[in-house]
Amino acid sequence: MQADLNVILPEILISVYAMAALLGVAYTGKDRYAPLLVWITAAVFVVMAAWIGFSGDGTRTAFGGMFNDDGFARFAKVAVLLSAAAVLLMGQDYMAQRDMLRFEYPLLVALAAVGMMMMVSAGDLMALYMGLELQSLALYVVASLRRDSVKSTEAGLKYFVLGALSSGILLYGASLVYGYTGTTLFSGIIASAEGQAPLGLLIGLVFVLAGLAFKVSAVPFHMWTPDVYEGAPTPITAFFATAPKMAAMALFARVAHDAFGGVVGDWQQVIAVLSLLSMFLGGIAAIGQTDIKRLMAYSSIAHMGYALMGLAAGTAFGVQAMLVYMAIYVTMNVGTFAFVLSMERDGRPVTDIASLNLYSRAHPGRALAVLILMFSLAGVPPFLGFFGKLYVLRAAYDGGLVWLAVAGVIASVIGAFYYLRIVFFMYFGEEGEPLEARKSPVLWGFLMASAAIMVVGMLNMFGVEAMAQAAAATLVD
Amino acid sequence: MDNLLSITTFIPAIAAFILAVFLRGDDEAAQRNAKWVALIATGLTFLVSLFILFDFDPNNTGFQFVEEREWLLGLQYKMGVDGISILFVILTTFMMPITIAASWNVTHRVKEYMIAFLLLETLMLGVFMALDLVLFYLFFEAGLIPMFLIIGIWGGKERIYASFKFFLYTFLGSVLMLVAMVAMFAEAGTTDIPTLMTHSFGSETFSLLGIQIVGGMQTLLFIAFFASFAVKMPMWPVHTWLPDAHVQAPTAGSVVLAAILLKMGGYGFLRFSLPMFPVGSEVLTPLVLWMSAIAIVYTSLVALAQEDMKKLIAYSSVAHMGYVTMGIFAANQQGIDGAIFQMLSHGFISGALFLCVGVIYDRMHTREIDAYGGLVNRMPAYALIFMLFTMANVGLPGTSGFIGEFLTLMGIFKVNTWVALVATSGVILSAAYALWLYRRVVLGDLIKESLKSIKDMTQREKAIFAPLVVMTLLLGVYPSLVTDIIGPSVEALISNYETALVDADSATKLAAATE
Repeated sequence: MQADLNVILPEILISVYAMAALLGVAYTGKDRYAPLLVWITAAVFVVMAAWIGFSGDGTRTAFGGMFNDDGFARFAKVAVLLSAAAVLLMGQDYMAQRDMLRFEYPLLVALAAVGMMMMVSAGDLMALYMGLELQSLALYVVASLRRDSVKSTEAGLKYFVLGALSSGILLYGASLVYGYTGTTLFSGIIASAEGQAPLGLLIGLVFVLAGLAFKVSAVPFHMWTPDVYEGAPTPITAFFATAPKMAAMALFARVAHDAFGGVVGDWQQVIAVLSLLSMFLGGIAAIGQTDIKRLMAYSSIAHMGYALMGLAAGTAFGVQAMLVYMAIYVTMNVGTFAFVLSMERDGRPVTDIASLNLYSRAHPGRALAVLILMFSLAGVPPFLGFFGKLYVLRAAYDGGLVWLAVAGVIASVIGAFYYLRIVFFMYFGEEGEPLEARKSPVLWGFLMASAAIMVVGMLNMFGVEAMAQAAAATLVD
Repeated sequence: MDNLLSITTFIPAIAAFILAVFLRGDDEAAQRNAKWVALIATGLTFLVSLFILFDFDPNNTGFQFVEEREWLLGLQYKMGVDGISILFVILTTFMMPITIAASWNVTHRVKEYMIAFLLLETLMLGVFMALDLVLFYLFFEAGLIPMFLIIGIWGGKERIYASFKFFLYTFLGSVLMLVAMVAMFAEAGTTDIPTLMTHSFGSETFSLLGIQIVGGMQTLLFIAFFASFAVKMPMWPVHTWLPDAHVQAPTAGSVVLAAILLKMGGYGFLRFSLPMFPVGSEVLTPLVLWMSAIAIVYTSLVALAQEDMKKLIAYSSVAHMGYVTMGIFAANQQGIDGAIFQMLSHGFISGALFLCVGVIYDRMHTREIDAYGGLVNRMPAYALIFMLFTMANVGLPGTSGFIGEFLTLMGIFKVNTWVALVATSGVILSAAYALWLYRRVVLGDLIKESLKSIKDMTQREKAIFAPLVVMTLLLGVYPSLVTDIIGPSVEALISNYETALVDADSATKLAAATE
């Protein structure tokens, strides 16, 4: 028991922190302490990320295999915690300005983070579901954080209903898997699904994958994404676009390889189709968008398609490519949302793309950073986003999915159009009502750091490559 | 000096960085500083690149000045030059100071303008020096970004359409090459270009979706690379982005586009298509040759009908690139020598022609041919220079244009007489459109009221043309300046190509015999 608790110590510490802070602040200063709590929560995240990151290698399991602490989980946890910390800090000023900074917000994010850490460590369908629900419930609440706004509550409700549906689908799939294998442990499932899996198990697998596809917003389970992204307050949108995506994608890989590693051929085609549809729908549907948050929603759908391409390869290198891709994706999104958060006019947030007209004239530095991020998102060399694409293409080719690689690069050309449109507005547009940039050193710092990483990262990727390789090796033998 | 190539490549980038970080303000002094920094940096790059040229040993057909470092994903940072690439490097460093000097009149966002051109130079040099597949792709594609901005920010009225078309068209062409590169990486296990040149990719015929692919893997790889290089060249029928981009780009942008960027396609054929996919090349040679022949005749005819000077020269560029692809795929010494020669000479001539248009555009702000006429009466120096380059464009003996066209035609005549016949008619057509353009713009009486006060070229403008005039005439009368350097490498390329074909052929026969 003692040993089991040791394994989940980071999760316990964050939960205890969240609950203690919730109680303490509720009885004392309430929202007055909210800014402080944001900083403390971010600090806790960073400390935990450092602790997990440096806790050495090796694989430990707890609670009879329900919870794994391996290199793969640690990689995902560090990425989740760091991006959550970054997004918390970015949003604080924006929310305080608009009187939406409730003290529950950082604590709900902390609980969501615990859920995500559970997800990526899950070694059992029960643990998986618990982590997923803990994360989702916290996210439903933060999506509708702005109670008096129709859009925000609509976003929260939509997210809740569709999220509940997807959880139901996932649970149904899990029950089928349990029914046909007699166990919920991943290690047990993989043992009984070796070679020829029974049909019922495969149906269960498909349902589980569909439920997970909802969480990563892969097409055709993406419908909630644009509305929720648009309706939720921008800092929450930024959060949705980063940490939960990383966690859900890691969970996807975990289930695919740990539980169903014996029937790679069966899920490979499902994921390949999800990937193909996501890349094309994300690219094509984003073309008509005028709201940058909706555009980023479709952009994230397309990017999930590329990450799934890595996963679809069904190899250790594929998982490595997926992890590298997600790490780069999260970094790009942190920078992009730092910019979106700073877009305002007369103190009111603006999300219309056309308002960027000739932004480069007034703010050359920021415009350059956004330009770099946009080209990086489009996957144009020499920026880091290109290397992410190169990884997944390589993985897809090695996995025998040449058609998917070809489709992927064609989709990336379609996708390049809407990223170019943002550059077009910033650099070639016509003189219009000027957009102010919020003078926030935090936002400026995140935007610039993210753009700088896109450029400097091409030297050696800060060693993420080797870490991802080690992480993937623990998942796929 | 072990890092001579890297130093050459990154001097402009460092200058761009200095401009971006240290230059503040947008007043006249800052603009002047930006121009001088750019001019000095490009000039310095040219001087440093001369060291490469002087230390280069033409008889060594391997890669020289090689630098190698480990990089991500099993890739490497590897640079080097051989007889085929070195002159493109020199062409780039030679043209860039001229380009910068030709932009002296720019007043709109000068700092950004110079940064874009400096970065573009680094990326172009990288393309010609890279000895790693992905490094090559990185430089090749990244060049789109500064060019996209140059057209989009400093271009003409339709600049937005032109910049998007330019970017997406060339991007679509290149991504297939990326997939092919991934495939090569996976098959050969390395991205090292010299190693890949000796690696023989599978050439057994197989069927894909019910279609027999003769030449197998090599043909598919060839097509993927071809998609990229043909768009970049550009070859008929995927040339339509070029006239738009040329017309809308600022003068300096057009010069770089015509003189250097178009050469990347031809260089790519020589560096990748012929040596790495000999069987695929052979299978598709007839197609490429006829596409070239059609390009020469068709775009020459289209050029005849143009009313915009830049568009006319753009179409003439497509026609001249037709000679290049024809020469390359003739795959013999004359053909390839001629193709490289034609690319270099076209670099000087088309660059100069765009500068000629720029000279009168700066004065009258129109490129309509109808708006001019009789310029010789007020601009004698201009008329002389324009005539020289018109003649060079036509391919008059004594100018470098003649050598390139003649060698490629000679090369192709040995291989395919019919293509040679069609292509030769292009020589006549090019004389027609070029001389007619000259007559309409320069000759005749000066009757247009608006032209009555036009001034002849300034000292600065004359100085810009001087090196181009010298190069055009020098190469015209002394072509072995170029052929001595490229000759041995081309010879090695051809002998490797032929050996590879014979090997593949005997392997096929052997396989057939054992069955």
